[in-house]
Amino acid sequence: MATVKPRTLYDKIWDSHVVVEASGTPSILYIDLHLIHEVTTPQAFTGLRKRGIGVRRPGRTVATADHVTPTISRNVADAGPMAVQQIGQLETNCKEFGIRLYGMGHERRGIVHVIGPALGLTQPGLTIVCGDSHTSTHGAFGALAFGIGTTEVEHVLATQCLLEHKSLNFGVDFDGNLRPGVTAKDMILKLISEIGVAGGTGHVFEFMGTGIDALDMDGRMTICNMSIEAGARAGLIAPDDTTYGYMSGRDFAPSGADWDAAMERWSALHSDPDANYDRTVTIDTGSLQPMISFGTNPAMCAEIGTRVPDPEGISDPAERAQMVAALKYMGLTPGERLLDQQVDVVFIGSCTNSRITDLRAAASIFRDRKVRDGVRALIVPGSQQIRAQAESEGLHKVFTDAGAQWRESGCSMCIGMNGDRLDPGQRSVSTSNRNFEGRQGQNGRTMLASPLTAAAAAITGKVSDPRTLLEN
Amino acid sequence: MKKFEILVSPASCLDRDDIDTDQIIPARFLRTTERTGLGKNLFEDWRFDGSGNPKPDFVLNRPGTADAHVLIGGRNFGCGSSREHAVWSLMDFGVWVVIARSFADIFKKNSLRNGLLPIPVDAANHAACLEAAEAGARFRIDLQAQTVTAAGVSFGFDVDPFARTCLLDGVDDLEYILKHDDRIAEFEKQHS
Repeated sequence: MATVKPRTLYDKIWDSHVVVEASGTPSILYIDLHLIHEVTTPQAFTGLRKRGIGVRRPGRTVATADHVTPTISRNVADAGPMAVQQIGQLETNCKEFGIRLYGMGHERRGIVHVIGPALGLTQPGLTIVCGDSHTSTHGAFGALAFGIGTTEVEHVLATQCLLEHKSLNFGVDFDGNLRPGVTAKDMILKLISEIGVAGGTGHVFEFMGTGIDALDMDGRMTICNMSIEAGARAGLIAPDDTTYGYMSGRDFAPSGADWDAAMERWSALHSDPDANYDRTVTIDTGSLQPMISFGTNPAMCAEIGTRVPDPEGISDPAERAQMVAALKYMGLTPGERLLDQQVDVVFIGSCTNSRITDLRAAASIFRDRKVRDGVRALIVPGSQQIRAQAESEGLHKVFTDAGAQWRESGCSMCIGMNGDRLDPGQRSVSTSNRNFEGRQGQNGRTMLASPLTAAAAAITGKVSDPRTLLEN
Repeated sequence: MKKFEILVSPASCLDRDDIDTDQIIPARFLRTTERTGLGKNLFEDWRFDGSGNPKPDFVLNRPGTADAHVLIGGRNFGCGSSREHAVWSLMDFGVWVVIARSFADIFKKNSLRNGLLPIPVDAANHAACLEAAEAGARFRIDLQAQTVTAAGVSFGFDVDPFARTCLLDGVDDLEYILKHDDRIAEFEKQHS
């Protein structure tokens, strides 16, 4: 009897989407769901028009506006004329090619990686792409989801397919349960600090273990979201009852007999017991501490109670030079404590940490407290739907009573395209995903952390361990 | 896509690891709806000070840089954001080849889709390239033979064979997918 080779979850999704496989060429892979936004698509539609071809499956592409949208109002003009032009072009393109758009003013508009799952569009076993590197977020549902460039956006629009080489499998075992005050954000920052910003290059992560099992979907999305920050093509988590519980009843999730049929398919979406991973790593989740970044890439982070590292201890000259430059940019001195560093701005938002549980966590710190004088705190929900939900729970009152700013949804200060940005030299504690030089504004200094840690910084005006502010 | 065959050019050295696409083209320049015109903002915040004056010590501000169509980077070149604007910006500035210790996945794909050739190189050849470039050597990049040669430099490099064919022929890979329209239709029929 022929034995069937054990496969990983990634192998299974890949195999079921290969349209053409030939030696010496990349495979043609079918794409189930294509998400688009205003920044990385105008040139793709221009390309289609030049070629005189249409969109192959308009029903498989869904659009929203998020990157350049203002958060101070729902009027796009408040983000400037280039934002008006870019959003206008998105509206024109969607209308011309028959693509559903959650545009300005729509109650379901929001960050593309927040609304896909919230609408029930993101489902286990699908292939999902978007012209945005944080597309890996959708992997939390057991979907193969990855970021693409604009040329590939055009390919998907034209053919519903992409040319892809298969990546390697990288198993990440988060072992143990988190202690209070430690979150999914701390788990993924820890992983990136261990394996580096290129540690996952050429691989697809599969996150597993008791630490993952215990997380809700919002936490799982936070982890998959930052797969790209370790260089991985995508990050996956096998679907389970937590996944199905989240999806049930959402606008585009199947219902009735369709749901039962889907459950039968989804239940096969897990790695076989003896499946082979090209690489594995185990992170002890039970001993994890709150993490915060101190440098200019997401691997430059450490436990919040530690000190700024000394570059002299790094043997590789290129790495040493990089650390020296990073600390200079960040205005930090080797050996000083990460705790108590002064903070000017706190940003709670982004596709990493802007969902309802993130806002509830932040509110647990803000409740009955005041934002420190001189600190600007921005709370930017991931979607208009989450904004409405937070308001129905009274969270917005907690934030505004504390002196924080409660904004409209969007990417906002994660990428600083809409006017929400740091001034030169300002230091932020931010729940976003990138601390690159200038990411949140020219010469701005970003420290990445969880919503709890960011909220604690807003209250104290300095880097603080959130556990000192949590009720026992 | 422009054909790529043989390039002979001096090279600029930007030997830093993990150069992310936010440095190559900061996000505030992504509000364009065009592919062109981004070269003037390439490495904007490394090239210019807050008042828009060129920083004299930055490599791309040195005299003669405009003639250098080869850029030498460090490890994990092009990490971070998927923005294809990074590749458009490099090419608009005149960079057609990047030699680096390694590349981020999405940047590499975006490069090959646009005719910018990413050449991965080991530590010894990387050091030799930097030395030759600093001495003003002209680099000869031969895609057909998959070789890089300059004074004191000679090595072969890997490139995805399919991408190589596309570059040599100046053919867009969308044409290749479109040729399989019947197979895509068949797949859709089976999975509907």
